[in-house]
Amino acid sequence: MARPIRILVAKAGLDGHDRGAKVIARALRDAGFEVIYTGLHQTPEQVVEAAIQEDVDGIGLSVLSGAHMTLFPRIKELLVGEGASDIVLFGGGTIPNEDVKPLLAAGVAGVFTPGTPMATIVDFVRRECGKRVGA
Amino acid sequence: MSEKKTTKRQPHGNGAAHGTDGKIAGQELWQAQFEAAPKRPGAVDRTISDHPLKPLYGPEDLAGVDYGRDLSFPGQYPYTRGIHATMYRSRLWTMRQFAGFGTAKQTNERFHFLLSQGQTGLSVAFDMPALMGYDSDHPRALGEVGKCGVAISTLQDMQDLFAGIDLGRISTSMTINCTAPIALAMYIATAEAQGVPAERLSGTLQADMLKEYIAQKEWIYPPEPSMRIITDMMAYCSKHVPKWNTISISGYHIREAGSTAVQELAFTLADGFAYVEAGIAAGLDVDDFAPRLSFFFNAHSDFFEEIAKYRAARRIWARHMRDRFKARNPRSWTLRFHTQTAGCSATAQQAENNIMRVAFQALSAVLGGTQSLHTNSLDEVLALPTEENAQLALRTQQIIAYETGVGNVIDPLGGSYYVEKLTSDMEAGAEDYFERIAELGGVVPAIHAGFFQKEIADASYRYQREIESGERIIVGVNDFVQEEAEQIALLKIDRAVELEQCARVKAFRETRDGDLTKAALARLAAAAETDENLMPHYLDCVKSKATLGEISEALVPVFGRYREAAVI
Repeated sequence: MARPIRILVAKAGLDGHDRGAKVIARALRDAGFEVIYTGLHQTPEQVVEAAIQEDVDGIGLSVLSGAHMTLFPRIKELLVGEGASDIVLFGGGTIPNEDVKPLLAAGVAGVFTPGTPMATIVDFVRRECGKRVGA
Repeated sequence: MSEKKTTKRQPHGNGAAHGTDGKIAGQELWQAQFEAAPKRPGAVDRTISDHPLKPLYGPEDLAGVDYGRDLSFPGQYPYTRGIHATMYRSRLWTMRQFAGFGTAKQTNERFHFLLSQGQTGLSVAFDMPALMGYDSDHPRALGEVGKCGVAISTLQDMQDLFAGIDLGRISTSMTINCTAPIALAMYIATAEAQGVPAERLSGTLQADMLKEYIAQKEWIYPPEPSMRIITDMMAYCSKHVPKWNTISISGYHIREAGSTAVQELAFTLADGFAYVEAGIAAGLDVDDFAPRLSFFFNAHSDFFEEIAKYRAARRIWARHMRDRFKARNPRSWTLRFHTQTAGCSATAQQAENNIMRVAFQALSAVLGGTQSLHTNSLDEVLALPTEENAQLALRTQQIIAYETGVGNVIDPLGGSYYVEKLTSDMEAGAEDYFERIAELGGVVPAIHAGFFQKEIADASYRYQREIESGERIIVGVNDFVQEEAEQIALLKIDRAVELEQCARVKAFRETRDGDLTKAALARLAAAAETDENLMPHYLDCVKSKATLGEISEALVPVFGRYREAAVI
């Protein structure tokens, strides 16, 4: 049997809104994935370092401070620089619709705006991060 | 209310026509009819906070409630019906819209606009770097400058923020916590430059660090030194800024983090009691500082539950302050509070629906006797509000105030079987939590143990699952969904704001006497090693042109940096 999918739930930036990150972390764990939560206020460098150290299949990034257009591309850039571009970067937060396309173009695999059902995110992770597990 | 006295004398009766088993005529018939009828799909037997509900409340639910002891008259202990004898009959609540974005100059323009539209107090939202103790040009501030609020790094920024606004005439609320003493020092220095002495300043500082560790998660130092800074501010203000509300003890963020109404109530009041204990332990007389403590609650969507929460909060605070902390000044017994409608209840889908949510939430705050109110704008789920949406939110309050008539009668829901029962239940639920917190050794040990964080995470996950399962309907999200063409227009904070602000901070540092600044920072750090009150040193630093980031950093070698053990 394939190993379980491993996900890093990350809070980058300075804001402390962790309700969404924690709810998603629990939902992913209840779906049978291994979940590591970084805690708050991580720099992009810390997030990528943790992702590589923990050998995760995906990073779920939560940003509610309005800094998503800075933080998502920066983390993607660092992943590519570390030769870890196979780690699936996805995330959500207070992200207006018009920012979704540019984020996807910057290499973010999935952007989930407010009100997205947890099941949608679980399905996404199973499908996209599952590829890396080979399940 | 006369039934209640009767009920006390005759536990099983209320003076109405009774059958042999003590039931009121008609009660059995109603029960039978109710049980025979089908239940509407979606009818819920619990409040949004998971509190059990009955389909009907009656005189039996007032058993044990004594009017004089538990409700009394407005302006009288235990203040369940309101803290003033006249409430909105003599003065409406303060309409105080939280605002702040971009640079100090941009926010200053918004302040002038809001004042011109009839707003009666100012409320400053700071950006994340200012809230966390970083200057705008710090690497960790990248992408965050001016986004969640106004960027303030220097005394010059604070002066620009209040340009053309007489600080002797306006009251200002500042939502800032770990950097609160710096913001206060900058505000005092700005006022002095305007020729307004500190004694004339009126306003509120949030400065509630306990709820930061519990819910909002903006911190620099660990809880213990943070409590010392707060007691220093309380002591300083009681002497030098007597009209200032030194702490706004906040449940708002606890609720936004996903708590229930009872948790919001209990954790907030527990924090309040912890500040009172800290003040007393620091040698202050409870009546010297307690009258300046104020509160800040959330207005969520479960209408009656929220009203009961505010009423219970007043009663609990009065009882503990008088009986437990032996306060003698009635002003120490009264719980004054600001309310903001629940940001977490707003939806990105069909965003215009948020206008209606906000109106009902705001109405609950008014029926609950709030002293001031912020109504959220419909677009706040996605961005800071546009000017147009901020105006609409203010108009919502004006319609409640001037058209609905709800302010003409004091505590209009007092005596409602349902509201009184919920109020009593809220109080009992909060008392249970106080016991559990005491068993853990108090609020700070409970924070270190992750108690609050876990309770809130459990509640928010339960709520989210109810929405996912369709057990709870959120209009436009999991029912009544419609395809949406275009999203509403949002306020954009240009990247140029960050660049401009960073340049201003650099220029500020270059044009000052650096030695003077360094010496002031060193004096602050040295004072932190002793028991000396830090507030005069914060003022000294600000006037010596130290920046917010430099002042915050200066105390890290003394106090250390807080790190939370992350729990999911």
